[in-house]
Amino acid sequence: MLEIKDLKAKIDNKEILKGLNLEIKPGEVHAIMGPNGSGKSTLSNVLSGKKGYTVSGDVRYLNENLLNLEIEERAHKGIFLAFQYPLEIPGVNTNIFLKTSLNAIKKARGEKELDAIEFLKLVKKKASELKFDEKILSRQLNVGFSGGEKKKNEILQMSILNPKLSILDETDSGLDIDALKIVSEGVNALRSKESSFLIITHYQRLLEYIKPDFVHVLINGQIVKSGGSELALELESKGYESLS
Amino acid sequence: MDAREKEIEKLKDYKYGFSTDIENTRAPKGLNEEVIKFISNIKKEPRWMLDWRLKAFERLKQLKEPNWQKPKYPKIDYQDLYYYSAPKSMDDKPKSLDELDPKLLETYKKLGIPLQEQARLNGIAVDAVFDSVSVATTFKGELNKKGIIFCSMSEAIQKHPELVKKYLGSVIPLSDHYFATLNSAVFTDGSFVYIPEGVRCPMELSTYFRINATETGQFERTLIIADKGSYVSYLEGCTAPMRDENQLHAANVELIALDDAEIKYSTVQNWYPGDKNGKGGIYNFVTKRGLCKGKNSKISWTQVETGSAITWKYPSCILKGDNSVGEFYSIAITNNHQKADTGTKMIHLGKNTKSKIISKGISAGFADNTYRGLVDISKNADNARNFTQCDSLLMGNKCGAHTVPYIKNKNSSSNIEHEATTSKISDEQLFYCNQRGLNQEEAVSLIVNGFCKEVLQQLPMEFAVEAQKLVGISLEGSVG
Ligand SMILES: Nc1ncnc2c1ncn2[C@@H]1O[C@H](COP(=O)(O)OP(=O)(O)OP(=O)(O)O)[C@@H](O)[C@H]1O
Ligand SMILES: [Mg+2]
Repeated sequence: MLEIKDLKAKIDNKEILKGLNLEIKPGEVHAIMGPNGSGKSTLSNVLSGKKGYTVSGDVRYLNENLLNLEIEERAHKGIFLAFQYPLEIPGVNTNIFLKTSLNAIKKARGEKELDAIEFLKLVKKKASELKFDEKILSRQLNVGFSGGEKKKNEILQMSILNPKLSILDETDSGLDIDALKIVSEGVNALRSKESSFLIITHYQRLLEYIKPDFVHVLINGQIVKSGGSELALELESKGYESLS
Repeated sequence: MDAREKEIEKLKDYKYGFSTDIENTRAPKGLNEEVIKFISNIKKEPRWMLDWRLKAFERLKQLKEPNWQKPKYPKIDYQDLYYYSAPKSMDDKPKSLDELDPKLLETYKKLGIPLQEQARLNGIAVDAVFDSVSVATTFKGELNKKGIIFCSMSEAIQKHPELVKKYLGSVIPLSDHYFATLNSAVFTDGSFVYIPEGVRCPMELSTYFRINATETGQFERTLIIADKGSYVSYLEGCTAPMRDENQLHAANVELIALDDAEIKYSTVQNWYPGDKNGKGGIYNFVTKRGLCKGKNSKISWTQVETGSAITWKYPSCILKGDNSVGEFYSIAITNNHQKADTGTKMIHLGKNTKSKIISKGISAGFADNTYRGLVDISKNADNARNFTQCDSLLMGNKCGAHTVPYIKNKNSSSNIEHEATTSKISDEQLFYCNQRGLNQEEAVSLIVNGFCKEVLQQLPMEFAVEAQKLVGISLEGSVG
């Protein structure tokens, strides 16, 4: 699904990713942990195609050179990023944003776009699965949403867009205990042989709900250690000190 | 690219940019008494109308073109313009649409305004003005049954002289300012509306202005009177061919609302904006003013200004009747080298009068966008209230946005609130939208439509969708 070789990324002459290697196969869940500022969000930005980075290395996604694709092309091909800090867009109704997004992706794939009624039916279903108050969806996108509501809204979008590769950047931060469970269930419901996840988190607890196949430790722009889910427990007790 | 391909590429940018090849009757070039007599004569106007025009012309000679506005423009040679141009086939006014030149029918069809009976827009009556004449007005008969008069200004002067005499110039006096006075001297066509007492107009009334002829100014004149307890919603739209020359459009629009009457006036202005380098485009210098003459009356202006090289207008309300209400909702979009200096004046004269101003300015490219507004509370306007909100959205670093609010308050019981914001579409917001599958243009259109929503909501349903699209199209190529 995704193969990253010797990925380097610079911004404003500061090197952030310093030769990163990672392979994710279809159906796998990978977790990335690492100290603040180690480059986790940078990795998710670079994978989604955000502008402003000088990037080198080789990234293949579904047998294609990912680095050549525009941001929206990557989205059309199934890459989804749940933002660490979801953006507010005043005046834009959340439902309309979601529908525009879904239909833009469907259109790019040559699939039939949903009309207003079909869309609302889908949203209703997904929102209730995530115990997400539908009323929030008629508000302006993320404007005045609580921290947790913003994160839940990202997961709602993810479950509606049904991506192939989902990157979750600290989606668990800011969620209450119940919400954490619900969001995890949402992710688990999307797990399948064809879909993969890259989950960035600081907390081992999330990984109790979403069992990862691999855990990687990212320090100073490189993956310094990889292992199974037991690695997360080890980190929780020992911290990053021993690894750096 | 060959010439044809180039033409098509250009049309993609401004799809109304074609011109109609048609034979015209024109007034001799220049501005003088003879030309004014020519216009009055060809319209078979009564003597009083000609005298009124000539009086305006005398006054004009003593007036100077104003130049306090922000967008400056090269000196206009008023002697080098045609003040009247109309299709030759309109010389003897066709009795019905069947007699109308097919080229004119075709033109309006291409503009998306079919005039023929079977193809007409549902529930919208249209007065179609082509250069200096109204070529057709639809649904006239049906409206007539309710006593509503909807016709061209020229026809009103002949058939309803008492109403025209009473109200023409009653809101915009003959010698108001340079362009208004110029219009009073040489105005050609526009729409006339009268809604009788207690009647709620059953459909949207609209006028579609089209400039076609070269070297010609368009001087439209519109007059809308809502009698006691009546209601009307009126919409105007406009387009012009793409030309390298700048063309002048100087309109006067007067609205009068009597006791308990309401007028809702919407504009979707899409005159040719000029090319990417700022060559050509319409100078849109317009005077629009409404008088809330009666108690509890209401006048609401909504404008979506996306076209023109320069837009310079302040649709205003004079709140004379006690408890009267004035509203101004505006979206002004300037891209490339376009310039806009627009806003409103709310003149509070009566007691308990209320006004609301919502202005959304969007600037991209090298464009410049100014909101200029006046809230004037007179000595006797007890408990007057005003709320003003001016938001500017900037795209890129080379454009400008300015907010110039004037407040004159002579009554201490009044309440005036003013809010202003300036924001930019952030790269982060665009990244977020792109990540959700929207390309750059779709993302900009979505964000900008969100920014303008409060104003777009004011438009009649039938036009809101079109206007939304227009908002997106006007900003194409402004990011990335
Ligand atoms: N535009 C920029 N210019 C300079 N430095 C930057 C820029 N963007 C990010 N950085 C730096 O790059 C480093 C990595 O940032 P990144 O956001 O990827 O960290 P992170 O691992 O996601 O941290 P956290 O756990 O706090 O979310 C940080 O030191 C950050 O300050
Ligand atoms: Mg981060």
